[in-house]
Amino acid sequence: MDFSLLLQFFINGCMLGMMYALVAVGFTLFFGVLDVIVFSHGDSVMVGAFAGLTSYLFCMYISPGMPVWLVTFFVFLAGMAFVAGFGMLVSRFIIMPLRSAPALNTLLATMMLGTVMREAVRLFFPDGSNPKPFPRLLPEWSWKFGDVLLRFDNLALFTAGVLLIVGVAFLINHSRLGMAIRAVAQDAEAAQIMGVNFPLIVLLTFAIGSAVAAFAGLMNGLYYNEINFNLGLLLGAIGFSSAVIGGLGNIYGAILGGFVFAFLQVIGTVATPFSSAYKDVFAFGVVIVLMAIFPTGILSERQSQRV
Amino acid sequence: MRSSKDFFCCAGLAFALFAYLALLLGAEEEWSIAAYVLLGVVVVVALVALDVFSTIERLVQSNERTCQALMVLGTLGIIAVFRTDHYTLFLLGTIFIYSVAVLGINVQLGYAGVINFSGASFFGIGGYTAAVFLQHTPTPPLVTLVLGGIFSAVVGSVLLFPVLRTSGHYSALVTMAFALLLKVFLEVSEWLGGPQGLALPPFKFLGINFAEDLVLFGNEYSFYVKYDLVCLLLLVMTFMFVQRIERSWLGLAMDAVRIDETAAACFGISIKRWKITAFTIGNFVIGVAGALYSMMLSYINPSNFTFSDSLLFLSILLLGGIGSIWGVIAATAFMVVIPEKFQVIQEYRYLIYSAMVLAMIVFRPSGLLPRKPRTYIAGGLL
Repeated sequence: MDFSLLLQFFINGCMLGMMYALVAVGFTLFFGVLDVIVFSHGDSVMVGAFAGLTSYLFCMYISPGMPVWLVTFFVFLAGMAFVAGFGMLVSRFIIMPLRSAPALNTLLATMMLGTVMREAVRLFFPDGSNPKPFPRLLPEWSWKFGDVLLRFDNLALFTAGVLLIVGVAFLINHSRLGMAIRAVAQDAEAAQIMGVNFPLIVLLTFAIGSAVAAFAGLMNGLYYNEINFNLGLLLGAIGFSSAVIGGLGNIYGAILGGFVFAFLQVIGTVATPFSSAYKDVFAFGVVIVLMAIFPTGILSERQSQRV
Repeated sequence: MRSSKDFFCCAGLAFALFAYLALLLGAEEEWSIAAYVLLGVVVVVALVALDVFSTIERLVQSNERTCQALMVLGTLGIIAVFRTDHYTLFLLGTIFIYSVAVLGINVQLGYAGVINFSGASFFGIGGYTAAVFLQHTPTPPLVTLVLGGIFSAVVGSVLLFPVLRTSGHYSALVTMAFALLLKVFLEVSEWLGGPQGLALPPFKFLGINFAEDLVLFGNEYSFYVKYDLVCLLLLVMTFMFVQRIERSWLGLAMDAVRIDETAAACFGISIKRWKITAFTIGNFVIGVAGALYSMMLSYINPSNFTFSDSLLFLSILLLGGIGSIWGVIAATAFMVVIPEKFQVIQEYRYLIYSAMVLAMIVFRPSGLLPRKPRTYIAGGLL
């Protein structure tokens, strides 16, 4: 295998890893504050992409001559704002009432919610059951290094993803809001005693996590130039796997897990040249093995359980 | 308490129930189906509101054997009523087999608390095992049923190590990853037919070919009658098996493991042993059900065994009430019949399904017929 092809695989792995990491960050944030797995998070990614597409069509409808940078800005703003609002509603009306229910019930409830979202888009979005073309909003510049093609839009998306993750990490670690989120994650009752507005913090956490998911969805759309009503199911499973591999509740673990999963897929593609379809078999197989070796994730929370 | 009055009460109730089911299954037009469903809901709500329901529950509990026999008789009656109707009989067979599979998950999740998000995968392993053995070897179909169960238990034991080491969400992920992995594996494996799947020869037993129409006394009946009888037999056997597990010291140990691992371990109950037992028994049962189902379908492909189907199994369990055997059967009947009957909502069925289960989890998390706590006093559930 020649070097340039490997490098191309590497670039692809980085893009996928960034997407997975963005999804996994949401899973880990929600698990942190409420100890729940919100499985519909993958479908929030999909809804984000569709909200972005809708706002693009809306912009084209009201003024076709709008500058592309402004359209891009609107698409990202609308997609992220819509999904953030939706995430707040979900947390308020589905997750919070189920707080004292067994973990399985919450997991199943959110899976069902994911199905509702998926089916709603399929049935009620015009011609929603077919893949939709996603507009190319970013300039199509590219540089060639030998045989390796580096595209500007990939670089821009990757950089934006890095900035977003760094921003979220900064917010969690160095702001008052972040301190409140971490306090709730450690001990919700003690945080409330110290004057943290628990319901508000939960809502804001869901808004942040969902907005990040919407960003991942838009990134997915811009990267593949096509979106599909059921892209959320696999992305959700992958994001969940990534968050769990890294260790739930740990934001750096989620990022690590995302890249680990993406490179597992890439290795699966490279290692099985006869059929790249085995890449998911390989990746999920390794996830199972990793779980057997690290039962609570690679970067697990260091705490003992009270009984 | 076993007076003849009780017996007639039970028989009357069973007759009413099965007459209702027969009417519902036989209804053709949308409005009449809707009317029957509405009627059922109104009657149930009225019974609960007038506190008659708890009386019926006591009656059923104290005449358990009689009621079970009446249920089997009633089901046979329904099969007899629809003896020429392929479609309804196929629905009935599906209900029986799905109930068996969900009872397998019930042993895992309801008793020992082992989360299994790959129920449909083990169902599929059973089916594919049967298909491969029937195509390539002269194995008798009855043996392939058992082989399907054994294979799915063996494949499940590969998952045991990660499942035992992890807990909660982490072990949910292990089974979920397995479900996704197996679906992709089946799709890309050419020797298993790839996405097209495999065709199966029909079930044969004692020289009876189950794909030929049944001829009795010169009258011709649907071949599904034969399948339904086998499926019903399997369901009855599984029912007895699972109920005996629940009521024996096995079930007690599993309950202890589920409710509090630490406390159970303190009393000398081996967590690992009971989780392994429950997971293996459950997968065996699911595998047998899968093998029989694939023979009834006579054709299987990977899209029958997706993650959504695993979710469907779990939803049925949750809808019926985790750990409740009758609840499982009732919920399966409901989840299989309603979407098939309302062809209008066919397109929207996943949406309605999931919205319904979601509402159920939020508003009545214990399910339709919740499992009763154990009672150790004579006259109660013994």
